[in-house]
Amino acid sequence: MKPIGLYLHIPFCNGKCPYCDFYSVNPESKKITAYVDALCREIDKAGGIYDTVYFGGGTPSLIGSDNIEKIMKHIRRTDDCEATLECNPSDTGSVNSAFDFSVVAESGINRISMGLQSADDAERKILGRRGGCEDVERAIARAKNAGIENVSLDLMLGIPNQTAGSLQKSIDFCKNSGAKHISAYILKIEEGTPFYNIKNTLSLPDEDETCDLYLSAVEMLEKAGYYQYEISNFSEKEYESRHNLKYWRCEEYLGIGASAHSFFGDKRFYYERSIDDFINGIPPVDDGSGGDEEEYIMLALRLSEGLVFDKYEKRFGKSVSKETIKKARELQKHGLVNIDDNSISLTVQGFLVSNSVISSLI
Amino acid sequence: MAVSKDKIRNFCIIAHIDHGKSTLADRLLEKTKSVALRDMTAQLLDKMDLERERGITIKAHAVKLNYIAEDGEEYVLNLIDTPGHVDFNYEVSRSLAACEGAVLIVDASQGVEAQTLANTYLALDHDLEIVPVINKIDLPSADPDRVSAEVEDVIGLDCSEAPRVSAKTGVNIEQVLEKIVKDVPSPVANDDLPLRALIFDSVYDSYKGVIVYVRIKEGKIKPGDTMRMMATGAEFTVVETGYMRATIPEPCSELTAGEVGYITASIKTVGDARVGDTVTTVEKPAAEPLPGYRKVNPMVFCGVYPADGADYENLRDALEKLQLNDAALTFEPETSGALGFGFRCGFLGLLHLEIIQERLEREYDLDLVTTIPSVVYKINLTDGSMVEIDNPTHYPDPATIASCEEPFTDAHIYSPAEYVGTIMDLCQDRRGVFKNMDYITPERVDIHYELPLNEIIYDFFDSLKSRTRGYASFDYEIRDYRKSNLVKLDVLLNGDVVDALSFIIHSDKAYSKARKIAEKLKENIPRQMFEIPIQIGIGGKIIARETVKAMRKDVLAKCYGGDITRKKKLLEKQKEGKKRMRHFGTVEVPQEAFMAVLKLDDND
Repeated sequence: MKPIGLYLHIPFCNGKCPYCDFYSVNPESKKITAYVDALCREIDKAGGIYDTVYFGGGTPSLIGSDNIEKIMKHIRRTDDCEATLECNPSDTGSVNSAFDFSVVAESGINRISMGLQSADDAERKILGRRGGCEDVERAIARAKNAGIENVSLDLMLGIPNQTAGSLQKSIDFCKNSGAKHISAYILKIEEGTPFYNIKNTLSLPDEDETCDLYLSAVEMLEKAGYYQYEISNFSEKEYESRHNLKYWRCEEYLGIGASAHSFFGDKRFYYERSIDDFINGIPPVDDGSGGDEEEYIMLALRLSEGLVFDKYEKRFGKSVSKETIKKARELQKHGLVNIDDNSISLTVQGFLVSNSVISSLI
Repeated sequence: MAVSKDKIRNFCIIAHIDHGKSTLADRLLEKTKSVALRDMTAQLLDKMDLERERGITIKAHAVKLNYIAEDGEEYVLNLIDTPGHVDFNYEVSRSLAACEGAVLIVDASQGVEAQTLANTYLALDHDLEIVPVINKIDLPSADPDRVSAEVEDVIGLDCSEAPRVSAKTGVNIEQVLEKIVKDVPSPVANDDLPLRALIFDSVYDSYKGVIVYVRIKEGKIKPGDTMRMMATGAEFTVVETGYMRATIPEPCSELTAGEVGYITASIKTVGDARVGDTVTTVEKPAAEPLPGYRKVNPMVFCGVYPADGADYENLRDALEKLQLNDAALTFEPETSGALGFGFRCGFLGLLHLEIIQERLEREYDLDLVTTIPSVVYKINLTDGSMVEIDNPTHYPDPATIASCEEPFTDAHIYSPAEYVGTIMDLCQDRRGVFKNMDYITPERVDIHYELPLNEIIYDFFDSLKSRTRGYASFDYEIRDYRKSNLVKLDVLLNGDVVDALSFIIHSDKAYSKARKIAEKLKENIPRQMFEIPIQIGIGGKIIARETVKAMRKDVLAKCYGGDITRKKKLLEKQKEGKKRMRHFGTVEVPQEAFMAVLKLDDND
């Protein structure tokens, strides 16, 4: 059996960040236990073998190192499995944290991802991040002590009052803390979040400033040794997120947990956004078929390597349509895409307007 | 069945728009018990929804009423309704030619208006006996004495016995019927002459084919006869003859001289039964047709395109169906680089255009893009030849043009005197040539201008209304062609000419118009992946330009936890949005931008 990816959603948070619209609720210990049991049950039911595992949330670290260990025991993994745990710095890095990195490392976790967002205290405060940078440093040190060297940090671009200078400070922090991988997302004000209601009072950078921040970020990160491999993802060589690459390369993965999405056997399906439904064993809902040519191109173009012709031909048994290449040539004139003998890829400028570029190419 | 000729009264009702023509017609139907009360919906004669909504009559209809007068005799009153708008002047004239009398309605508060006069003169041209009626006496602002005096002064009609009525409440309606019986002459009619019947309307019916409405001037016609249209030469075997009742047709064995009725003969299109043509019989043909027939020529043209190219065939079907009933509507296929496949349509005027457009959208559920309306220009070329163009796309190379001519109209504007200044400003701005001004009364004036048709087909009436708070009325007819300094403006997006936005304009106005168009486009074209230059040019010379800056970023949504579907839906939505865009080369222009330019008016 071919190993695939496994995503586990932990929908619990101690309070919600004002910009976040992912599914999470405040934890009750009884709920957590029931939820962890349900995860184990579903993992057992699915069977299979996995070469990437990703605990996302929510705040996976919130359920404690013992629960992580418990879940990991149910997962059959390949020897080289990349197993990532999203950690909240204040849960895992505060002075008196009970979180035990050695337990999770022992269970097989070999990569952690943390939401730094910014190393600037004022910016962190606006974003409602709990704890300070020292918690992040402490958490990374503890992880490293336990043998987890592969650390990813999230940065946010377009934070109110953010400048190129403060961004540089955040990137320096990442480098100094030894992070191997950076995800840098542009803050998007989603409807239904607290930020949405006060967006006019936030001094958000305008479109031009945000674009300049993004372009600066790409440049600064490159200088710091983090190469861009996807619109929002950067890493040192060989430290790309193997799990996330599966999404963009249209490879199979199972998502288990409330609101988790799966792509398996040409089908996409997902669990409803309800912890109780998940605990009660309500099966996932069908989300249509996936992995067709259009979807493949849409995802591939998010990667710096872009749409690679021979990979596409191998997968679909036909070449990329002339129409797509013709349209790409038009965009090439405007500096939005690169075309070579074997690929179409977006330039950094193209990444900024990737929705328009991609939708005009598919 | 056949009544004695001296008991027949053929009449129409003429009035300025909104003076109550259709309401009075309804009241006459009701008083003559032509229609049961329970069947009364407002304005029975206006059958089309659109007519009812706009309160105007587009197509004429006829109805036969039986009335027992105060003298105890039973009369047949044939009411021929007339279209109430200047675009349909010819149709009005044919309806009038079918009558011996006309009831002239004048609003008791508004008094004489543009079409009151225009229609009265038209009726006098046809030697009709005019029966003035002062309507809307129920209104608080009604002043029937003043209005009567106005009618006497301006038109010279004796109003001392004019019925003062309220068609709305039904007051004094019998007086109108009595006046019709007393004043309108009975037809001079001879059944023994060869048939000459005037077609004053024709309507397509999917079961019977074209229903031809006629006034028999001389002779008679019955089912089985072979009828011949004297102008078109088309021949048909008569299937049915009859009278139009208010709600249903009433077949009869024959129609005889002096009568008004209908003929069906399995005629496929109204083009074969043109308004104004004379019907005779093959068996006993008339030597000469009745005077006054002319083929109506469209005066205003524009391109009509389906918003969704897939609707092209549906649009063609719809136009064909409308044409069945509207001989004045012309269309032929045309292709635009910007808009794809569509039709160049010809209309009698702007109202006709709007009505057709609205019917296509409403009755046939089509989403349309129409180009800027154009009139017919005569272009004299240096080689001595002349071309007529109704489509800017066909405008010849300026180097080959010796001179251009455009149609001018005689335009009369009737207005309260206080608005004279603003009206003259407007006319001056529209390149009008002032002719004269008459005070109809101390408070009301008739301003006479010669105006280029291309200045009024667009938004002249709207501007006039807004400048005069709706008090001014307006009427025009085509006068002649005059030499004029015309140029063709081209709109270029990203260097490519958008053919559908080209139009012909007087050179004095080219620069300001070009600037406005450029600004409007800039406002309405969303930022795209690259910069878009907007240029407006005459020939090769650019006279205005703007730039739509490139969009720098669009939504960079996080593809989190493998939820690809959400992302995909976002892209699909974006793609769907693109489909609704018009593609000009690589530039995408939303329909709204297009409409904004087409609807540019004085206030922009």
